[in-house]
Amino acid sequence: MNMKLFTAALLGSSLLCSAAHAQEATLTIESWRNDDLAIWQEKLIPAFQAAHPDVKVVFSPSAPTEYNAALNAKLDAGSAGDIITCRPFDASLDLFKNGKLADLTGLSGMENFSDVAKSAWTTDDGKQTFCVPMASVIHGFIYNKDAFKELGIEPPATEDEFFAALDKIKEDGNYIPMAMGTKDLWEAATMGYQNIGPNYWHGEEGRLALIKGEQKLTDPQWVEPFATLAKWKPYLGDGFEAQTYPDSQNLFTLGRAAIFPAGSWEISVFNTQVDFEMGAFPPPVKAAGDTCYISDHTDIGIGMNAATKNPEAAKTFLTWVASPEFAEIYANALPGFFSLNSTPVKMEDPLAQEFVSWRGKCKSTIRSTYQILSRGTPNLENETWVESANVINGTVTPEEAGKKLQAGLDSWYKPAE
Amino acid sequence: MTAEAAPKRPFRWHIIVFLAPAVLVYTAIMIVPLFGTLQFSLFRNVSGGHTFVGLDNFRTLFGDPNWSRGFWNALWNNVWFFIIHMLVQNPIGILLAALLSSPKLRLSSFYRTAIFIPTILSFVIVGFAWKLILSPIWGVAPNLLDLVGLKSLFTPWLGKEEYALTALSLISVWQFVGIPMMLIYAALLSIPDEVIEAAECDGVTGMAQFWKIKLPLVLPSIGIISVLTFVANFNAFDLIYSAQGALAGPNYSTDILGTFLYRAFFGFQLQVGDRNMGAAIATMMFLIILTGVCLYLFLIQTRLRRYQF
Repeated sequence: MNMKLFTAALLGSSLLCSAAHAQEATLTIESWRNDDLAIWQEKLIPAFQAAHPDVKVVFSPSAPTEYNAALNAKLDAGSAGDIITCRPFDASLDLFKNGKLADLTGLSGMENFSDVAKSAWTTDDGKQTFCVPMASVIHGFIYNKDAFKELGIEPPATEDEFFAALDKIKEDGNYIPMAMGTKDLWEAATMGYQNIGPNYWHGEEGRLALIKGEQKLTDPQWVEPFATLAKWKPYLGDGFEAQTYPDSQNLFTLGRAAIFPAGSWEISVFNTQVDFEMGAFPPPVKAAGDTCYISDHTDIGIGMNAATKNPEAAKTFLTWVASPEFAEIYANALPGFFSLNSTPVKMEDPLAQEFVSWRGKCKSTIRSTYQILSRGTPNLENETWVESANVINGTVTPEEAGKKLQAGLDSWYKPAE
Repeated sequence: MTAEAAPKRPFRWHIIVFLAPAVLVYTAIMIVPLFGTLQFSLFRNVSGGHTFVGLDNFRTLFGDPNWSRGFWNALWNNVWFFIIHMLVQNPIGILLAALLSSPKLRLSSFYRTAIFIPTILSFVIVGFAWKLILSPIWGVAPNLLDLVGLKSLFTPWLGKEEYALTALSLISVWQFVGIPMMLIYAALLSIPDEVIEAAECDGVTGMAQFWKIKLPLVLPSIGIISVLTFVANFNAFDLIYSAQGALAGPNYSTDILGTFLYRAFFGFQLQVGDRNMGAAIATMMFLIILTGVCLYLFLIQTRLRRYQF
């Protein structure tokens, strides 16, 4: 009874509200980031409305696992919100091709983003962009500063220094040199292969050449990262073959491991859990002075429902999302999710600052398997998980891994001539 | 005119009425989806439309090395999963039942309950608990082995290609050993006392009595258990999924038909689900189970001797 009354009251109030605001445009945002509800309601929306009092914005997230299905159903039924949060690559590309997402190529504010930043929401030919890039995650290594101080180790810049540091930690014996397991497979691929790989295949250069078919996964620049991964094995904890991702996180936050191959999304999780000082270093390069490359992977974008009733208001909003003002609020509210805006953003969190500072000295790329190459069966991304774990477990040689991946890719992918 | 027409038997509506609920529910949730799946496996999504392609999906499944390698690997793993159950679960189940039915055993109802309890646990709990027990970092298994001086025997079983599937099969055996135990126990109890007494008069006691009198009498139950194990094993999915994830690592070494089907049908991560290939795999699973059950029914069950008391 109470529940019914409550619902009735809610319905009534929302009717009243919509009547009162009839002349104003109301924008509803679809999103899977229900963790961000408070940030939107308390920080982002008030900031937007301070400048645009005539546009009302409602953030209405759904559960991450249900988002894609729910969104598709709502779009088909015509009941989806005006603003759509975009998953990277194929999921959003399909929506665009089916006419569900509007073309935003000419949106003012788009010029604030680089091509790499836009790649996740751009058609294969690179001509049309349909979502404003919102945030990315950067790969690197987070380390225990106290442990490094205790052992007199400096954050390594080159690969030799990296392995020298690992040797030193191992010799000392107090810490597990590196917290990573192969049980969940994706750790090995995402935090391993995609983390250190860009230094070998030179980021975008290699990634695009792979898509064009000019390079193969059997080429040395694609096999070498596997060879380096294989060398990690002795530095992982006992029984790393059955160590899961949460195990690795706990080993590091409990101070039992010195280095954690990471994605920047860990920052906000780790900040609340560790009682030592953390630092971060980018994937080490082969020789001192080499150009460094980092995986700065586009993860969240935001676009416009092609069937929206308020296209002008929606565009105003998206232009604001593309502005440095939005970037600054967002990046500070969620350390570890970095704005893709070309204007540098000032962040408070020191670890997040460290991560984002690499953008200045290194070249950015995204994960090599995400664009186009994971559309077929066998799925390159999934196979990369399996093979990266195999290589670290020592059950497959780096060359064989490369050969298998390329054979799988060749079976369905024909690069455009 | 009093031509007596043969009294027409009234149509027996009550049969239909009584059957209807079960038939309707079973048809709606089992038979229709089954034929739906079979039909699905003959179609393919070609440029947005659903097109009939005959057996093309099966040709892909067996002809394309990428698919067929996955399928045969999953099938062999499934067979191994079944072998372990037949070799470990069912003999242990029979042994436990024999022990429980011994009148000398005290606290037998406690043991019976304790051994049966894992069967009613959720797969998720079992998978998670065993992952923790066997964890090289926090698990109790390494410590327990250390206590008896066998630490050197410990390896991260769930992470090693050569052990993972066997380890998971044994976890599943641990969970389900209560079912054969209960069925055999019931069969043993139903053996009439006269038969046992007659055996005793003839001097057949102890082990000989078990092998010569009791075991032949419970053979039909063992047959039923084997079929149940077969069907359950070839439909298994949950334990592997909760312990090893959908990719059934390491290196697909724990991939069984259920997980293979899941990846094909629903997709995984960047892999988009292919419902038609998934249906083709489901059809193969259906045929495998159908063949197995038919073999049992026509070859084995007809030859089992039944004793009437």
